[in-house]
Amino acid sequence: MLEIAGLRAGYGTVEILRGVDLVVGKGEIVALLGSNGAGKSTLNNTVCGLYRPFGGAVQFDGRNIADAASMSIVQAGLIQVPEGRRVFPNLSVRDNLELGSYRRGKPARRHNLDRVIGIFPRLGERLQQAAGTLSGGEQQMLAIGRGLMGEPKLLILDEPSLGLSPVLVEEMFALIRRLNGDGLSILLVEQNVMQSLAIAHRAYVLENGQIALSGPAADLAQHPDLRRSYLGQ
Amino acid sequence: MLDPGILFAGVLNGLLAGGVYVLVAVGLTLIYGVLHIINFAHGSLLMLAMYAVFFLWRLTGVDPYAALPIVIGGAFVFGYILYRLVIGRLSHGRDENILLITLGVSIVIDNVALLIFGGDTQTIETPYASSFVELGAALLPLPKIISFVASLLLCIVLGLFLARSDTGKAIRAVARERQGARLVGIDVDNIFALSYGIGIACLGAAACLLMPTYYVTPSSGHAFVLVAFTIVVLGGMGSFAGAAVGGLVIGVIESLGGLLLGEQLGQIGISVVFILILLLKPSGLFGARQ
Repeated sequence: MLEIAGLRAGYGTVEILRGVDLVVGKGEIVALLGSNGAGKSTLNNTVCGLYRPFGGAVQFDGRNIADAASMSIVQAGLIQVPEGRRVFPNLSVRDNLELGSYRRGKPARRHNLDRVIGIFPRLGERLQQAAGTLSGGEQQMLAIGRGLMGEPKLLILDEPSLGLSPVLVEEMFALIRRLNGDGLSILLVEQNVMQSLAIAHRAYVLENGQIALSGPAADLAQHPDLRRSYLGQ
Repeated sequence: MLDPGILFAGVLNGLLAGGVYVLVAVGLTLIYGVLHIINFAHGSLLMLAMYAVFFLWRLTGVDPYAALPIVIGGAFVFGYILYRLVIGRLSHGRDENILLITLGVSIVIDNVALLIFGGDTQTIETPYASSFVELGAALLPLPKIISFVASLLLCIVLGLFLARSDTGKAIRAVARERQGARLVGIDVDNIFALSYGIGIACLGAAACLLMPTYYVTPSSGHAFVLVAFTIVVLGGMGSFAGAAVGGLVIGVIESLGGLLLGEQLGQIGISVVFILILLLKPSGLFGARQ
């Protein structure tokens, strides 16, 4: 579904990604792990068309999207739920969700709105409230709900557990598994290594702009390098 | 010493004058809210629109009110193209560049207007220019009543567009969260150009409503923009409701200032309000809590 090959990218003249290969298949949860500054967000934002790559190929659904604009990437069904939520603070929860179907999924807007409210009843109780007044956890739900409104074929979740309480983090991972169970392909970008590996099918570890490790999530969870780097064992 | 009847008439006349101020200020605040810059070309573009109304009347005999749809549409297209071809392209995505470019555009337009139109004062003669409506003790000029009602109707239409339509919501989304807007597939550059076009369309409407009672010279836009800027600061930068309320308040202050201090000094009241707002509540009446 998503095939990234030899991707080089960065900001200005600074190269952050130095040849990344990554594949997400249909129906998979793929975890992209790595510490702060490893280049995870650069990868995301380049794939989503916010930055132009320096080189390499990005194929989505059989189409080359390496130089496409963000709106045509959304149109194709690749939707990112960004780190830091990026909800529209001055708009109501309902307007935020409706704008999720600005470019894609507009005909089924009403139906999808009901579906998202079914997944996040909390949002249904606050439809008229300005998004900026929601709690961090609610804003995260809203950001994911807004992403779902665009009927994604592949959803990229960037640090969805960041800033959430442990209970909410549990709920978040359960939700990701459930969305995947309904057939959604997911690229999960996380620092939360063990919980991500527990729900992912496969995983990649990004270090200094390159893929350091990759494989089935169950194998990686046992990998000595990973346990040493992230768990201090 | 001041007769209540005269005071009443002063307040009403101020409110009526405020209607057009609201339009000019709403355009300015919309552009500020989305692009985060003061549009320094605002006065020059208002002047251009006033000349457009003048020449439509002079050359083809179109009444200024009948010209509303033409001039609003023309101003929108002009603003949209100006943004796409000049302002957006030369700014390279940096807000502070946009500021300087609009200033440059303003200087060019003013001087080209002076070159082509000359410095003479031009006015339009209409049969209704000196019609009055009697309301209690007040004698109100009919064109000012029309311009007040039309201004408020246009602001309501624009407000509904921003609140209800997908494009309006996208404009408000871009105003506060550009990256989030890109990630739902909003064409942010197009929204910038649309917002600029709508801001200039407001000036087109204001020009049509002003010309029956006002005059145009190549420098006549600037007086309005100074007032409009005060309104935007009073209402809160980027606030739509603030511009609407602020416009009416400033209209009344100017009118009462003229009544108490004499016509020439009426504008002092506006400057005093401007300074007081900056001292006491810099975020304005409806300022966004950032």
